[in-house]
Amino acid sequence: MSLSVRVIPCLDVDNGRVVKGVNFVDLRDAGDPVEMAKVYDAEGADELTFLDITASSGNRSTTFDVVGRTADQVFIPLTVGGGVRTPDDVDRLLRAGADKVGINTAAIDRPEVIAEIAHRFGSQVLVLSVDARRSAEQPSGFEVTTHGGRRSAGIDAVEWARRATELGAGEVLLNSMDADGTKDGFDLEMIRAVRDVTQVPLIASGGAGRLEHFPEAIEAGADAVLAASVFHFGDLTIGQVKETLRAAGHRVR
Amino acid sequence: MTRPRVAVLDYGSGNLRSAVRAVERAGAEVELTADARVAAEADGLLVPGVGAFESCMKGLEAVDGVRIIERRLIAGRPVLGICVGMQILFAEGIEHGVRTKGCGEWPGVIERLQAPIVPHMGWNTVEPGEGSRMFAGLEDERFYFVHSYGLRDWVLSQPPAFPDPQVTWTEYAEERFVSAVEHGPLWATQFHPEKSGDAGLRLLQNWLATL
Repeated sequence: MSLSVRVIPCLDVDNGRVVKGVNFVDLRDAGDPVEMAKVYDAEGADELTFLDITASSGNRSTTFDVVGRTADQVFIPLTVGGGVRTPDDVDRLLRAGADKVGINTAAIDRPEVIAEIAHRFGSQVLVLSVDARRSAEQPSGFEVTTHGGRRSAGIDAVEWARRATELGAGEVLLNSMDADGTKDGFDLEMIRAVRDVTQVPLIASGGAGRLEHFPEAIEAGADAVLAASVFHFGDLTIGQVKETLRAAGHRVR
Repeated sequence: MTRPRVAVLDYGSGNLRSAVRAVERAGAEVELTADARVAAEADGLLVPGVGAFESCMKGLEAVDGVRIIERRLIAGRPVLGICVGMQILFAEGIEHGVRTKGCGEWPGVIERLQAPIVPHMGWNTVEPGEGSRMFAGLEDERFYFVHSYGLRDWVLSQPPAFPDPQVTWTEYAEERFVSAVEHGPLWATQFHPEKSGDAGLRLLQNWLATL
């Protein structure tokens, strides 16, 4: 017996409400992140990720409220990303009930913030979120993007993952902007490339559409798989994904 | 039946809110406190922990936590350490080559895990000893771990203050480390019961039943 692979649903939260396509039949309020968190917990989710896409930082207090209410009722790990720029932002989220925080743009702008956060709270608290796409401009063939994949950050995604984990990021959430929304499967080459240069857990994201996509991501080197819309729309359940992983010879909870 | 009173020690470390809510859900009356008297008088003391050994020891010393734990144990009053809250119960920890003295309730050194992928993150199994009270009914469950350091060698050699320590082990990659200890009134887990879903809540209930 050993460590199991993790299946992680991701909720995009805007001003305290889940957005980006939610179609739950058995929920009184499909937009309430706490309600959805409870459903995913009951279905066997191994962790939950909240991505706070709230445009104006004035509404961050709503996010803290959502995180707190979720943590009060759902006793599995909670990662919160979006708007994290400083160690004090991390402190506030942890106090609100988050267990891990995701960092993205702020780390690209100022990589030292990774070391600052890791030093104060430990590496295990910090998930480096990398939105990457294929690009002939970079040595690895993959580049980091910002603004939801619309802009190039001008840096090599694989090299960035390596450097950020050396600086102290304890986990990498690798999101393929090419695959995102296609339902054609994860970008396995990109997973392999990042796996080869990092020694921290790797979460594959972007492109999940069918059950067989999940074992492929694990076999390419991911330790966890993350998906949003396939779960929100009920196309696939967490139970089905775990059953498929188990049948493929991977350990699941 | 009256609910046991649990103090969660607030020493600046840990996912305090999650710890408080989970122990409440498990059936206790919970107070989050840095007050030595409240911590001393509660039926159970929970020492949470997230982060680094050295900074946790500093935080613990700042609230006189080492002495609070020591005194409770002398009086046979239950203490539960979680994650770094377990690690600091041992003699010392080594992080980045720096040795930090721990509470010394148990001998042994907390060291970095030697595995291809660290932190050890996710749901793993446990191998409790025969007759474990902590894992009663939970022997086949998985618990949530997130840590880069651990205890490889259980080296209790001097006559222990309390008889029969129960040591639970977990395997990760090529590593094998102590994932829980039950020893008289002192219990500890390397994993996070407060983040381990129903299995974690039932483990906390097993602890509350001893208070």
